[in-house]
Amino acid sequence: MNSIKMQNAQRSKPSLGMLLLKGRTFIALLILLIYFSFRAPNFTQWGSVVLMVKHASIYGLLALGMTMVIITGGIDLSVGAVVGFTGMIAGGLMLQGFRLPWVAGTIYPNVPMILLMVFALAVFVGFCSGQLIARLRVPAFIATLGAMYICRGAAMLRSGGATFPNLFGDAAKGNLGFDLIGSGSIPGIDVPYSIIIFIVMALVSAFIMKKTPLGNQIYAVGGNERAAALSGIKTQNVKVFVYMFSAFLAAVSGIIMTSQLRAAHPANGESWEMNAIASVVLGGTSMSGGVGSIGGTIIGILVITVLNDGMIMMGVSSFWQMVIKGVVIIVAVVIDLVQKDLQKKAALTARMK
Amino acid sequence: MQTMKASPVEEQASVMEAIGITKLYPGTVALQNVDFSVYPGKVNVLIGENGAGKSTLMKILAGIERPTEGKVLLGGHEVHFQNTREASAHGVGIIHQELNLFPEMTVADNMFAGKEMVKLGVIDRRAQAKRASEVLDRLQPGIDPNETMLNLRVGQQQIVEIAKTMLSQNLRVLIMDEPTSSLSNTEVEVLFNLIEDLKAHGIAIIYISHRLEEIIRIGDNVTILRDGQRVADAQVKDINIKWIIENMVGHANLTIEKMPYDGEHLPLMQVKNYCLPRLGGGWTVDHVNFTLHAGEVLGIYGLMGAGRTELVESLMGLHEEATGEMVLGCEQITKPTITGQIARGMVLVPEDRQRDGLVQTMSIASNLLLTSIPRFTRTGVVRNDLCKVAVDGAVKDMQIKVSDVKHLISSLSGGNQQKVVIGKCVMANARVFMMDEPSRGIDVGAKTDIFILMRRFAAQGNGVIFVGSELKEIVSVCDRVLVMSNGKLTADLSGDEITEAALVKASAANLNTGKAANTEGSIEQ
Repeated sequence: MNSIKMQNAQRSKPSLGMLLLKGRTFIALLILLIYFSFRAPNFTQWGSVVLMVKHASIYGLLALGMTMVIITGGIDLSVGAVVGFTGMIAGGLMLQGFRLPWVAGTIYPNVPMILLMVFALAVFVGFCSGQLIARLRVPAFIATLGAMYICRGAAMLRSGGATFPNLFGDAAKGNLGFDLIGSGSIPGIDVPYSIIIFIVMALVSAFIMKKTPLGNQIYAVGGNERAAALSGIKTQNVKVFVYMFSAFLAAVSGIIMTSQLRAAHPANGESWEMNAIASVVLGGTSMSGGVGSIGGTIIGILVITVLNDGMIMMGVSSFWQMVIKGVVIIVAVVIDLVQKDLQKKAALTARMK
Repeated sequence: MQTMKASPVEEQASVMEAIGITKLYPGTVALQNVDFSVYPGKVNVLIGENGAGKSTLMKILAGIERPTEGKVLLGGHEVHFQNTREASAHGVGIIHQELNLFPEMTVADNMFAGKEMVKLGVIDRRAQAKRASEVLDRLQPGIDPNETMLNLRVGQQQIVEIAKTMLSQNLRVLIMDEPTSSLSNTEVEVLFNLIEDLKAHGIAIIYISHRLEEIIRIGDNVTILRDGQRVADAQVKDINIKWIIENMVGHANLTIEKMPYDGEHLPLMQVKNYCLPRLGGGWTVDHVNFTLHAGEVLGIYGLMGAGRTELVESLMGLHEEATGEMVLGCEQITKPTITGQIARGMVLVPEDRQRDGLVQTMSIASNLLLTSIPRFTRTGVVRNDLCKVAVDGAVKDMQIKVSDVKHLISSLSGGNQQKVVIGKCVMANARVFMMDEPSRGIDVGAKTDIFILMRRFAAQGNGVIFVGSELKEIVSVCDRVLVMSNGKLTADLSGDEITEAALVKASAANLNTGKAANTEGSIEQ
């Protein structure tokens, strides 16, 4: 009786203010789009739009995995380093192949083989972080910070800090076509593969979160790990999965990046994890876990990218860009907290009646 | 609401007064319009069953929690304590049931934590030690203020906890939440002498205890809480233990129809020699043996800390250090895991609904589906239509009052939240239901609903274990009752043997104070 009354109170409540609060990131995106289309030259040209979405795709892959990790209540600081590391491994396989010391020969794997090896390696990195976090209960921040240093160091070690250039492939080595991943596009309609890959990955992520028991369990682990465990959810496996998936998406991003540049540099992806975390938070995912969505993250990615590229097109100094980005992130989280407080208060007063 | 045969408390100026206190927690009403007066130079006893709201009231008086409604007067002036430090500055001290100590720090450092004596910006350890030993010597000579806390016995630690509150020069009200629960006999005597001493100094004591003999011995005024409401108060000289028990449990009879079970009462679960070691020696669960049969509701009664919760948690596989054997169905299990136990048809409705039962960030439907969602998939994809049928079925079956299952779980009342937790277990196709205090903090209507559900599960040939601390509920719902005290099973009662007196007696057996033998005598008075 009581509960029904209060739910009615809740339902009749959504005022215009609350609606604006809830859709704030989307509204912010619209405002940014309108503002930049007037102020930034070339902002509305097809080329610029494609470029922006391409940027969004590369960063966005990291943010997709990060969303799942943060929903379980964790964090993955290693994704930027995994981008650099996987790029270097792919670049190394392209140029130097796979040395077999006992026959004094070298195998040059073809592109699908390279991808497979790189993805397996990245997933293994995620597996290790996940095991540390889930089974040994190392705080996610520390475990992935360690993984970040290890991966970045390994990327540097692979070439002694040098770049692997000219990754066009070689017919003699049988690895042609690597550069197409990042720079190719669907013939006829000028949509780059990288955007398609991102869309597919976003759909896969959203599918996992919304349509599989695993998605439900990811929310449950982040919302209340004790209750999840007592409900028979294998919380450790769920946690290990999200870090593996996050590392896999980082590898995809690393491959696209390397292929686009046609060169692998060990410092690629540096501080990208911060961009990813910012997008996730802007998208309304709670850092304390249990709440969030892939859809929200995609809007968050677009806000960050539009803000970034718009300011560049307007010619804002890169120093100011950083300051503005910082302010935007903090304001977004403050509004988020205010909204949650308001909701809680509304719920409690409704119960009092 | 109650007929009071004892005279009301004398008209004396109170030092502290709580007026119309209401406290709401998400999903629960902990206190409802409670008045409570504290008289100086008296031991003001507060009693009630587990979950009656005693601790919440204490927390409000001591500044740990703030009331949702109502006010607190101290010496006639309204006060709003924001924290315990403010309260202690006004002369209100609290000694918690659980010790709040820093084991790695010295006795003196513990006593002065947060209110260090400072000279020139540096902690004056010598002055602290001197002041600490002054206070400690008054309580129990022989505790060195420079000793590391973890080297003291639990009883001594408790004394330090008490000494902490006595550092305050202007102590007016001292709240003691079950101070004797971890003390030995001699230490209890020390404490009682101390209480007399404090009374002589005009300090008001608020005393919470489950040990009724203690209350009769040292109490002056008694206030009884039940289900968050004040039901009676009286002077101790006018009453006896029988009166207290009557008022604690209430007169309203709870009649639950015991639906018949026609099948055979085959053993569903056999537990042999189950043990859970306690940190620092001894057993939390002490060599427990019992059998649960199909078609029965088996009660496990005991005081708080008797090891009931730990027993069911161990059976569920939450405590890796537990040892013992269990036969579930026809399977022998030595190291249970939660997932494994659920697959074998065992579920636990946990004691702390908010902490262990629900995922607050999820909807009602998602909470119901937590365990069973893999069953509602086709080729790995969750089928919303199957989920909807199952969720709607559970809502109807459990009589959960909801307007929309997509709403957040926290929008429900406590009773309905509890039904969701139980519904989750039912959807997991359970055969052995272990329910730890399923009626705690929920309204009377929902309680009855839950008891009827328990009887129904049993009638369907399942086994139900009901861990409870409310006598009335245990007596009216269970077919058989095990009583636990200090980790051991002290009674196995069935049929007409299940009486409140027998339960109270057995629940006090095996306690180290050894006063339990008197309990039944007192009830007969």
